[in-house]
Amino acid sequence: MLKIDDLHVSYGAVRAIKGISLEVNDGELVSLIGANGAGKTTTLHTISGLVPAQSGSIILDGKDLRKTAPERIIELGLAHVPEGRHVFARMTVEENLLMGAYIVRDKARVRRQLEMVYGHFPRLAERTRQLAGTLSGGEQQMLAMGRALMTAPRMLLLDEPSMGLSPLLVKEIFSMIKGLHADGITILLVEQNAKMALAISDRAYVLETGRISMSGSAQDLLHDDKVRRAYLGA
Amino acid sequence: MGEFLQTLFVGLRLGSVYALIALGYTMVYGIVRLINFAHGDFIMVGGYTLIFTVPLMTAAGMPAWLAVVIAIAVCALVGVLVELIAYRPVRRKGTNMTALITAVAMSLFLENLAQAIPAIGPNPIIAGQFFASGGFRVAGVTLDYITTYTIVVSAVVMLLLYVFTQKTKMGRAMRCVSEDKSAAILMGISVNKTVLSTFAIGSGLSAIAALMYVAQYPKVYTTMGSLLGLKAFVAAVAGGIGIVPGAMLGGVVIGLVESFTTSYINSSLTDTFVFLILIIVLLIKPAGILGKNVGEKV
Repeated sequence: MLKIDDLHVSYGAVRAIKGISLEVNDGELVSLIGANGAGKTTTLHTISGLVPAQSGSIILDGKDLRKTAPERIIELGLAHVPEGRHVFARMTVEENLLMGAYIVRDKARVRRQLEMVYGHFPRLAERTRQLAGTLSGGEQQMLAMGRALMTAPRMLLLDEPSMGLSPLLVKEIFSMIKGLHADGITILLVEQNAKMALAISDRAYVLETGRISMSGSAQDLLHDDKVRRAYLGA
Repeated sequence: MGEFLQTLFVGLRLGSVYALIALGYTMVYGIVRLINFAHGDFIMVGGYTLIFTVPLMTAAGMPAWLAVVIAIAVCALVGVLVELIAYRPVRRKGTNMTALITAVAMSLFLENLAQAIPAIGPNPIIAGQFFASGGFRVAGVTLDYITTYTIVVSAVVMLLLYVFTQKTKMGRAMRCVSEDKSAAILMGISVNKTVLSTFAIGSGLSAIAALMYVAQYPKVYTTMGSLLGLKAFVAAVAGGIGIVPGAMLGGVVIGLVESFTTSYINSSLTDTFVFLILIIVLLIKPAGILGKNVGEKV
């Protein structure tokens, strides 16, 4: 579904991504793990067009995302839940969700998606009129994910969904991601919590200072000595 | 009592005009973090458009004030062109400071361009009457039509604007872009289009302000927007720059300060008091009356 080939990204003189290639197949849950500053978020930002690439290609279902205007990428069925949630703090929960469906013209479809999201995240349904900025971290993460689901995307980019959450909430968020995967949504997951990410993923890539150092099935990586020492604290 | 009421109404009239102009500053600031110093000059553009189109309206047998529709279109177009030609390219390449300097330059450019147009020239032009003269008596004071229209029209326009930003898709898109540009892009919102609509609406509002202002003070000249724009900017900052209700409140406050200073203290001190109020407000609430000092959330 998504195929990245020899991607290079720089911020000025700093080369953040030095030629990575990766692939996410239909229905797969793939994680991208690695230390802080390895380039995980930059990779997702480049896919979504928020950061321009220097060279390489990013192909989504045959379409070159580098030649697509950033605001049109969501129309191709790719939604991005950014690191740090980025909910619209001064808008209500429901307004945030409606913004998620900004590109959807059919009002009945928006209503249906809204019901679906409230079904997935009952806690949001209890807080429709609350300002998003006053939600807890976990609720904001749910809102950011719910907002991304409003277009019924075929593929999700999830950036550090567990960041700053209590262990209990992390578990809850991960079981939701598993649920979305089970529903058939293709997912590219970026996580610092490598252990939990690998536990729910089909495959994974390890990113090290802008390069992919290892890749393989999540199970293999979970039991790999090098990965265990570097990322799993074992 | 009579003098008090009269002063109050004058203050509200002035304040309504300031509020309409302040909205333009605040909307543009909210969305691109730029103080559009050329915004005051859009009032001048609106003023001259009225000068030239009012005779056409009356000749066609239509009420003079209807020329404001053309003025809104012209101001909106000028606002959009300024953004497209000057601000957008500079924003892409430069810093906030270069954009600010460009805004000052656009202001001077518009004023000098106007002077260079033969039909305008360096001398003020006196506008004809836009509204019927006279008024009606309320609680022992005469409330003239211009004052009434100015207050009512501004209130209606601001109410419409508020509903627009809260309830319509484009209004919501504007709030999103102003809050978080990259998240807005991820929603499929075109930042460029949203910024252009903001310039169009903000500049269009200055045409309505021009109608109300020139109806009261019929002298139109190329630098008429400087002080007017500066005071409206003060209103926007006092109310909390970037916040739509803040601009409305700030405008009314500045208008009232001005009219009460004129009536009860000394008319030559009005501008001093306007800026004094700004300093006091900013000392007590640095983010403005309705502004919140929100720490950046990561």
